[in-house]
Amino acid sequence: MLNIKDLHASIEDKAILKGLNLHVKPGEVHAIMGPNGSGKSTLAQVLAGRDDYRVDSGEVEWLGQNLLEMPIEERARSGIFLAFQYPIEIPGVSNAYFLRAAVNAVRRHQGLEELDAMDFLKRVKEEMKVVGMREEFLYRSVNEGFSGGEKKRNEVLQMSLLEPKLAVLDETDSGLDIDALRVVADGVNRLRSPERGMIVITHYQRLLDYIVPDYVHVLAGGRIVRSGGSELAHELEKRGYGWVKELEAQQQKGAQA
Amino acid sequence: MSSVQSWVNDFAARHTQLPGAKLAWLAAMRQRAIERFATEGWPTTKHEDWRHTSLAPLEQVAFDTQAQPVDVEAIVRELRGDEPGCWLVFVDGRHAPALGQLGALPSGVRIGTLADALAHEADLVQQAFGSETDGGSPAALNLALASDGAFVHLAPGAVLEEPIHVVFVASGEGAAAFTRNLYVAEAGSQGNVVEHYIGRDGNISFTNTVSRVQVAADARLVHTRLQQEAPEAFHLAAIDVEQAGKSYFASHSISLGARLARHDIATRFDGTRAESLLNGVYYANGQRHVDHHTLIGHAQPNCVSHEHYRGILADRGRGVFRGRILVAPGADGTDAIQRNDSLLLSRLARNDSKPELEIYAEDVRCTHGATVGQLNEDSLFYLMARGLDEEHARNVLIYAFVLEGLARIEPEAVRRRASHAVRALTPGGHLLEELE
Repeated sequence: MLNIKDLHASIEDKAILKGLNLHVKPGEVHAIMGPNGSGKSTLAQVLAGRDDYRVDSGEVEWLGQNLLEMPIEERARSGIFLAFQYPIEIPGVSNAYFLRAAVNAVRRHQGLEELDAMDFLKRVKEEMKVVGMREEFLYRSVNEGFSGGEKKRNEVLQMSLLEPKLAVLDETDSGLDIDALRVVADGVNRLRSPERGMIVITHYQRLLDYIVPDYVHVLAGGRIVRSGGSELAHELEKRGYGWVKELEAQQQKGAQA
Repeated sequence: MSSVQSWVNDFAARHTQLPGAKLAWLAAMRQRAIERFATEGWPTTKHEDWRHTSLAPLEQVAFDTQAQPVDVEAIVRELRGDEPGCWLVFVDGRHAPALGQLGALPSGVRIGTLADALAHEADLVQQAFGSETDGGSPAALNLALASDGAFVHLAPGAVLEEPIHVVFVASGEGAAAFTRNLYVAEAGSQGNVVEHYIGRDGNISFTNTVSRVQVAADARLVHTRLQQEAPEAFHLAAIDVEQAGKSYFASHSISLGARLARHDIATRFDGTRAESLLNGVYYANGQRHVDHHTLIGHAQPNCVSHEHYRGILADRGRGVFRGRILVAPGADGTDAIQRNDSLLLSRLARNDSKPELEIYAEDVRCTHGATVGQLNEDSLFYLMARGLDEEHARNVLIYAFVLEGLARIEPEAVRRRASHAVRALTPGGHLLEELE
């Protein structure tokens, strides 16, 4: 469903992604691990369409279309969901309004009838129960004054309401204690399905104890330097990111030769 | 002929036909008022109070206070909708009883026109009328030429729950209206007044309006002004408030229309433990200009004033805010908060904000702050990454910016009107209905 070929992207003339390849099929969960600054979040933002990043070359094919030419909202409506590393606070906009506007934007795109206030409330309350959010969070401004854990739960709530075809989770584990991590991971696991692809971006192996990926990719210097099964995450945990530097150096040598 | 001279001539031609012309005190005061205006003329940008607001475009237009009014029944009907209650309607400064209704009023509540009150209870009018020295020269011109206005009197303890709607319509091209409204809330009374200013798009009209408010001890008065005049109109408005001890006054100034809108809002605490809320939401697009000048006289100890003004400026739209707070010697325990925040939607939009705090007392809490910002890119991206198109996302953020100001308006029916008026400014505004 998603095919990234030789993607190069930069921000303010600084190259971040330097030839990234990744192929995600429906039903697969791909974990992307890597040290800080390796380009993990850049990949997530480029997929979602943030225009601070410039795509210099490469291709991203999404459901047979050229993703890079799609506007931000079209990407979302066609089923790409980015769970933000730092969810944005929007004072004055109630979470209920935000969630319903998002759900209905996607439903319209799919040719489905929009949910009215009643149907929406019923639906959102069920989902909130699952992710452990109290009802009052519907009536508060989007993410405003939410704790780190509450913000991440809110992201998972959005994901379960929007039922994306491809979920990209950008360091959804950062800043979470172990209980919150479990809740978030449960929410994600519940959404695993044969039709849905996932990209789980994380710095730590910890999250992958709860969300067991089908594939693990190690990102370094803007490229994937090693891919493997879920055991790769454990190896990385054991050997540390110092090992990644060696891999990166080897690859560069290989590329030069 | 200069603009000033034409108004002086206008006064000469019709001062004998103005309401209460036979009252000696009023005739003399009007005479002094027109003399003051003739001497001072229109304020210029050299005047500190008018530094950012030029009246030059106003001076270039010839207006006619005697123009034949155009039929406005349809637009008044549209404004009223199916809201019951008390409606007092003025067209080009003249009372239009056929367009309004007073309904049944509780005892102790009197609502009528200034002309009527001058005919039947001139003494009551006199003590609330103000004088020619109040405010700037435009306010003096108002006093000289005011042809009518609303008169509301709440007897001690009288409580009016439903808002009183006062509608001012600029009916046609070149129409000029001078209205003076008196709101008197006696001890322990409660009331809520909404002034609507509307016109017809495309018409250059001129509104010069002064509202004088007296809030006696323990009384509570809420004043809302919904300024939605035509984008070509000139609107000069002043509110002067006197507050006794333990009184509460709120001004909600929702200024969305007019080419040039100027609001002078002043309140003075004459007793202790009085409280006032000055709240404003304004919007200027095109080359329009909205100016709020506030003055709070903390003359007595332990009074509270909160000011919150929020503006949205698009295109070459320009906002001005100047907030003076005077804390007199001995006014200890003063609690004053002042804020002016503006959102600029274009590179050429502008907001000038100037707080002026003069504090001569000890033990006071006075804070002020102003911000000027643009739409937050991260917020826009977040909304769009959830499937909202750019226009919807922008409208959500713009509306959310002023929502806090709208939320302060009471009661709910008035808040809904104000919110609706703000939403109507943007295409796709109906999508925001549930954002209240």
